[in-house]
Amino acid sequence: MPQTLEELEELTKALQEKRAEIKEEINVCLGTNCLAIGNDETKKSLEKRLADKPNAQNYRIKPVGCHGLCAQGPLVIVNSVANEHEEIVYEKVKNSDAERLIDAIVGETNPDTIKDLRCETDIPFFTKQKKIVLENAGIINPDSLDDYILSNGYHALFYALTHLSPEETIEQVKISALRGRGGGGYPTGLKWESVAKAISDKKYVICNGDEGDPGAFMDRAVMESDPHRVLEGMAICGYAVGADQGFIYVRAEYPVAVERLKRAIKDAERNGLLGQKIAGTPFSFSVEVRLGGGAFVCGEATALIASIEGNRGNPRQKPPHLSDRGFNGQPTVLNNVETYANIPPILRNGGEWFAGFGTEKSKGSKVFALTGQVKHTGLVEVPMGMTLRELVFDVGGGIEGGKEFKAVQTGGPSGGCIPASLLDQPIDYESLKEIGSIMGSGGVIVMDETSSMVDVAKFFLEFCMTESCGKCVPCRVGTAQLHNLLDKFAKKEASQNDLVLLENLCQMIKETSLCGLGQTAPNPALSTLKYFKEEYIAGVKKEIE
Amino acid sequence: MAKIRLATVWLDGCSGCHMSFLDMDERLIEIASKVEVVCSPYVDTKEFPENVDLAIVEGAVSSEEDLEKLLKIRKNSKMVLALGDCGVTGNVSAMRNLVGVEASLKCAYDELSDNNKGVRPSRETPKQLERVSAQHERVFIDCFLPGCPPPADAIYNILSSLIEGKEYDIFNHTRFGK
Amino acid sequence: MIDANVQRARTKTLTINDQAFSARSDQTILQVARENNIDIPTLCAIEGLSDIGACRLCLVEIAGQRELKPACTTRIKDGMVVSTDTERLRKHRKTILSFLFAERNHICSVCVSNAHCELQKMGAKVGLTHVEVPYLYPKLQVDASHRRFINDPNRCILCLRCVRVCDEIEGAHILDVFARGLEARIIAEMGRPWGESENCTECGKCVQVCPTGALNEKGLSVAEQHKRRGFLPYLTTMKRGR
Repeated sequence: MPQTLEELEELTKALQEKRAEIKEEINVCLGTNCLAIGNDETKKSLEKRLADKPNAQNYRIKPVGCHGLCAQGPLVIVNSVANEHEEIVYEKVKNSDAERLIDAIVGETNPDTIKDLRCETDIPFFTKQKKIVLENAGIINPDSLDDYILSNGYHALFYALTHLSPEETIEQVKISALRGRGGGGYPTGLKWESVAKAISDKKYVICNGDEGDPGAFMDRAVMESDPHRVLEGMAICGYAVGADQGFIYVRAEYPVAVERLKRAIKDAERNGLLGQKIAGTPFSFSVEVRLGGGAFVCGEATALIASIEGNRGNPRQKPPHLSDRGFNGQPTVLNNVETYANIPPILRNGGEWFAGFGTEKSKGSKVFALTGQVKHTGLVEVPMGMTLRELVFDVGGGIEGGKEFKAVQTGGPSGGCIPASLLDQPIDYESLKEIGSIMGSGGVIVMDETSSMVDVAKFFLEFCMTESCGKCVPCRVGTAQLHNLLDKFAKKEASQNDLVLLENLCQMIKETSLCGLGQTAPNPALSTLKYFKEEYIAGVKKEIE
Repeated sequence: MAKIRLATVWLDGCSGCHMSFLDMDERLIEIASKVEVVCSPYVDTKEFPENVDLAIVEGAVSSEEDLEKLLKIRKNSKMVLALGDCGVTGNVSAMRNLVGVEASLKCAYDELSDNNKGVRPSRETPKQLERVSAQHERVFIDCFLPGCPPPADAIYNILSSLIEGKEYDIFNHTRFGK
Repeated sequence: MIDANVQRARTKTLTINDQAFSARSDQTILQVARENNIDIPTLCAIEGLSDIGACRLCLVEIAGQRELKPACTTRIKDGMVVSTDTERLRKHRKTILSFLFAERNHICSVCVSNAHCELQKMGAKVGLTHVEVPYLYPKLQVDASHRRFINDPNRCILCLRCVRVCDEIEGAHILDVFARGLEARIIAEMGRPWGESENCTECGKCVQVCPTGALNEKGLSVAEQHKRRGFLPYLTTMKRGR
């Protein structure tokens, strides 16, 4: 049980030495995506085959989290420990491929026999990414505390506890200019500072893992692939603001993430990395997992807190802000999973290192879940400032099936559809907002020429309509009215007046709704009205009069 | 000053609004001096005429005939006033939307009728629309006078204001359900 | 606790519709406006119950702030410049009322609360001549199982006054909200028929605070369906004194 940073470093060194005994690690992706298509069975077959080999001790089969290229899954990644961690990725690995894969890896057969499974790794999908949050995803075993420590895990926490004051810790976060990755983009350092300054005996740190945007799975991947990183980020936050209790609110639809987080909490507490008097300092911090019941609105900060408190998950009007009155009426920091996951590397490498990536106002990198009609669907992390074109056509590999690109939707139900003419817009909070979309939590849906933009808007409005909590009138009724209007356009039964009404209602709902869900619900309609108005006009039927 | 060509039409409603119109009593004489009633249940014109200055329309749009009439009214009139809650909101007429056309016909002709039980009229009643609507859901309406029925005072005031081209606040005399 | 707040409160000055006022710092814009006879329309807010900012009718413009803020939950600040009756706000209020009238089956002429209804009055107040959006005509079941009261969701605007009075004043909390969005309903005791409720004290406060005919009393004629709310300030004062 390490008590100081030095002891933790020694432990890390010992683990590294132990690892060096192995020649190659055979990493089997057990993220939800690869799990769903049977990679756990393949893992068993790989283990069975390897057990019979005379040189089996040189290899280690290891479950890992999401490696990113979900489109080509199930994935098996061979990491050559002996050879500077060179990676070879095997794609679309079936259970029946397990035997020949092992045979070739241990050198019994010619590597050419598994050539058909090899995935090219010098494509832009891999080369254009910048992994900060996902640095361990697909590399470490998420259920192994040793693996996390091996990749410098908990070093940042120990460093902060023993070398930095809470103020200095916040200062590093401020220097990094990290902004909230849940979509709002509020500067994390400022948020922490206001809670740190709040006068109260009890403060709380809450992690928002209630990822609900259609097509988004960034937070799930982080929680599943590297759960300790989130815990470490939260603990650092607790130290910085003076909180000793944290909650992770995860939606119940993420059972794998919940299981891995719970295990990680247990392991960390058992090893003195969380709990009482961490690193021999007076600082104590414990974390509890709370499950969400499946309401999208519970991703909204005030609704999430109401839900943790055991109340109906309805948002309330701000102010008072959470830094004033959050959980149980006490000052509370609430950040997204990805925000906390950025904290350990920031503390480890310094705020300035982090601020070295990205654009003037948006620093670091951002994880995106690439979905839709794009070739490389999956999970990517790219530096801020990359253009949408690079994201879709280089990293994403372009449109599937040789069709024309039509639009890219960012920001989920709160975001907008961006047309081809704006593809050279850089990805940062301000420039996406400028063109009527938002950064959002990181869902990116690529659409080809066959997609109807009215249908897309209708889909998102239907989502917002059914997910509206029903508390405030504009969101409860307005989203339903918008949805019905869009349905008329989709069926080509709309009138000229409907077009005016649609625009007016969008504006009204935006200005009058209580929480972010309602305020942003019209965005998919507004942005498609802006860039694809001809599709709406085509939905207007000829007047009888 | 040329007389205003006034029409009043009764769609799906109880005719209470037209009754309320008559409740203007002696003021009707004053109104009559300024308008020429070119079409109305009161004068029994069969076809809605052309070049109407002001059409006052009572009732919701429930049947194909109602819709046809309303479209013609809109086409032939400079200004259309929706008179009463049925025309403005759908009101009681639109309560049918909660059960649907078939259920309401069944109730009226199969279950509750005393004569010819179970016989549905085929020629006398026009085909019912799936959805009863307020007038403005179908055509552009210039003025609204809610009330069930709007009081005679409200009708007199809006009518005399419209004739003289003056501003008028309907809520001095009426509201939904008045 | 409230007394402690009063002691800590300071006097602040603000401007509402070009008139200057001074008020206690713990007051909301709505409170200050009402004390000074400035009318801000509200449906969910009622004196004596907590404010939730749900109906959005009391949204006001505050100089220097991009967002509209509900007067009922927004505390005053020194130098605040508030406008309560701009063109934009009047337009929004009409749309909000249109939304409410279109959402359920509000048929004033056959309603038990005709002429006693706050929604109906509000329509006239904000100048709503007709509803701007299509009516939705939902099919909703009336719960008339209670010995004395009826819960008719056709006339409910989900202002949650009943839920709040049951919880905050009566302390029974048998009423709550079921489901979300357009499906949301006021239910008694986890969705049982109200008449089967074992914990309803039959105090009737929910009926008295209901702004429409959604909660009404059996055996009364339309003319008798007056809401009696004298108990609210009385009980609130008692609670404060405790």
